[in-house]
Amino acid sequence: MINLDDPRKFRPLTEQAHQVAMNMLRPISRKYDLAEHEYPKELDMLAAMIDGLSESGASEGAGAAGVRRDDKAEDTTVKNGTNLASVMSIAEMCWGDVGLLLSMPRQGLGNSAIASVANDEQSKRFEGVWAGMAITEPDTGSDSASIKTTATLDSDMDCYVLNGEKIFVTSGERADAVVVWATLDRDLGRAAIKSFVVPKGTPGMKVERLEHKLGIRASDTATIIFENCRVPAENLMGSPEVDVKQGFAGAMATFDNTRPLVAAMAVGCAKAALDLVRDLLEQAGIEIDYDRPAITQSAAAAKFLQMEADWEAAHLLMLQAAWMADNREPNSLEASMAKAKAGRVGSDITLSCVELAGSIGYSESELLEKWARDSKILDIFEGTQQIQQLIVARRILGLSSAELK
Amino acid sequence: MSLIQSLKPGGKHGLSSKESRDPIGYAVAALNRLAQSDLIDRVGLRKASEQVVFSATRSGFKAATTANRTFAKAGKKGKQGVRAPAATPKGVFDLTPTEDEQMLVDVVTEFAEEVVRPAAAEANETCTAPEALLKAGLEIGLPILGVPESLGGISEERSAMAGTLVAEALAKGDMGLAVAALAPGSVATALGLWGTDAQQQTYLPAFTGDDVPAAALALTEPTVLFDVLSPSTTAEKTADGFVLNGVKTLVPRGAEAELFIIGASLEGEPVLFLVESSTPGITVDGDPAMGVRAASLAKLTLTDVAVPADAVLGATDGTTYLECVRLSRLAWCALAVGTGQAVLDYVTPYVKQREAFGEPIAHRQSVAFMVANIAIELQSMRLLTYKAASRAAAGKDFAREVALARKLCADKGMLIGLDGVQLLGGHGFVKEHPVERWYRDLRAIGVMEGSVLV
Repeated sequence: MINLDDPRKFRPLTEQAHQVAMNMLRPISRKYDLAEHEYPKELDMLAAMIDGLSESGASEGAGAAGVRRDDKAEDTTVKNGTNLASVMSIAEMCWGDVGLLLSMPRQGLGNSAIASVANDEQSKRFEGVWAGMAITEPDTGSDSASIKTTATLDSDMDCYVLNGEKIFVTSGERADAVVVWATLDRDLGRAAIKSFVVPKGTPGMKVERLEHKLGIRASDTATIIFENCRVPAENLMGSPEVDVKQGFAGAMATFDNTRPLVAAMAVGCAKAALDLVRDLLEQAGIEIDYDRPAITQSAAAAKFLQMEADWEAAHLLMLQAAWMADNREPNSLEASMAKAKAGRVGSDITLSCVELAGSIGYSESELLEKWARDSKILDIFEGTQQIQQLIVARRILGLSSAELK
Repeated sequence: MSLIQSLKPGGKHGLSSKESRDPIGYAVAALNRLAQSDLIDRVGLRKASEQVVFSATRSGFKAATTANRTFAKAGKKGKQGVRAPAATPKGVFDLTPTEDEQMLVDVVTEFAEEVVRPAAAEANETCTAPEALLKAGLEIGLPILGVPESLGGISEERSAMAGTLVAEALAKGDMGLAVAALAPGSVATALGLWGTDAQQQTYLPAFTGDDVPAAALALTEPTVLFDVLSPSTTAEKTADGFVLNGVKTLVPRGAEAELFIIGASLEGEPVLFLVESSTPGITVDGDPAMGVRAASLAKLTLTDVAVPADAVLGATDGTTYLECVRLSRLAWCALAVGTGQAVLDYVTPYVKQREAFGEPIAHRQSVAFMVANIAIELQSMRLLTYKAASRAAAGKDFAREVALARKLCADKGMLIGLDGVQLLGGHGFVKEHPVERWYRDLRAIGVMEGSVLV
């Protein structure tokens, strides 16, 4: 039966996340925006609490690692599972602060990657490891198939030797490990790209520098150099075989799982701006009337209605993508739709909210200007707006990447 | 003097009242009036008459309404009618329709593909829905979809979700024909939702029988910045009932309708009234519009229309009226989703076949991204509409959800119509392809109030 209300069973979880976001993240939100590169020590306590919740089962398996798909049961009942729980709790936490969410121990995108492609033995071995994600290189952004970092098998030592430079590694300095994308053979193209879990402190891995950024300044973004960096062969995620037919699919499967999470971040951040601006508008005497036509209300109210409608669309596309994952349906198209819509809507809403609130929006005395800076990255990382549109277009039109470049 | 007066610009031909004419302008305007005169036709000065079929409709009838069925009074006045129970979802987020809903959608989808779509172009030109199509619509149960089982309908519970899915599927065939086919059922659904025992017993048998009357929900008025919640049409209390005065526009199948639900202000609150078309004081004019033309849109003028005391449908405190407005907006959202899907399904193969610079235009990002955005916004519209519909069916408050759905469907639906034509270029502008019709139809969302509901 069609029902698009938030799943009832996750109400306690999201309320809990909301309280954490309000009482733990918001009070330190500006502090770490100003003190870029300083480690938010408060987060260790929070991470411990989240681990506790997860032990107790109260978190429903939500979080970055909650995107794992089990394909065991032949059960046809409709599931509301960990994918939904994850997007909902991440949206709530990002309502608190996106940068801090990204800095939360053991909640890195690398954890989602591990959850998505690791075998059972690896999942077990890397349980509790905080993992960042290293894909982008100085000359390679959206075209991740053309990365230059190499992984050469040293069969004598049963290890791979990594060489190359990775940039924009979220939590690259703080995390326990990074998931590094590297090619086994550049001549074999995308099929030869594999991901490797490289623990922090592995000889040959060096954090070169940290970026100074427009937003999400609480989160560290590192450049990491790999020079003859040896990682155990069993740290290669998935199969070591280069299957030219399967191509990029294995590595790309990670994105089907992480894109709804990034959509959730945009949804949460935009909601923060909407909630505050609605309140500010009400204090200024502008009530949003859902029944009167927008054209008969003030321009500010009409703009608000448009923003809230776009927000609701992003929210529902996010839930749809997660719901499909929970019910073991392929969701590449829907994941990209969710990220495309949430990414652009996140920017429109946070920027428009600054405009609506005027100098209050622009000043550092409020958080509106910060959200307008934080939201921008969400339309860029894990696939830019344009990459999402490309994916959606190829799927809808049935065109290959050779036909629609 | 009189000529100068009537040549004053403003208020017609799309001119602002601020416009003024200089002497040459007056001369041109006078010449134009002469050119329009029948006289030159009679003396054979004009080469050919280019009468479009609809212009006959436009000014052809200005009369009392054509149909004059008498509805035999039955049932108990003042006793509450039968109500379908609300759906009871389990609190699980779910995008799967029920089996019954899916069956219904499959039947209507087939009907839309095989009957509605092929009839759409001509129905648009003639401003009429083919008799056979409307009959077929009755056979698949469109008028009784929202009528409770115990009153001869097929609805076991609140039908807003099923109605939404059906309206979407029909509009994929054609929006105008969908409105024509759904209008009687909207009145029947309203009777099921808010009618007293007497109103249900008096009117519903006609809708559940073989000879289903045309009927329409008339809320829209010809007012700039129209706010449906404050209708200018008035209802005044008299000794034995009410007297209605006012004008309603864009009423589907207004000329043939035998029963109207008309919105009017009663003591400052908007209220719904059941008005039989045979009631003296109602005149009907053709009112063809930019789109939704197959619905034979008409303008109703009500001059001292006296209705009995039990003509009030639902509450007089504005609550029934408000719920009706929301359910009607929901129906228009569903229609927008269906028509938007028609656009996407049409442009997809087109841009893959159409070649420019030696390859299909779909291979260009500027084209492909437009298609991607149509798909993204269309799914957004659908999800918002379904959320509002499922809340309505479950008897939950859906004011916020339907408002957001309407905003998105009005904005993005129009964008889809616009981009649909653009993707076909010049071919999109000509009637050889249906996208120009969808462009005109999609402008209705956000403008239309009433007419249909789910």
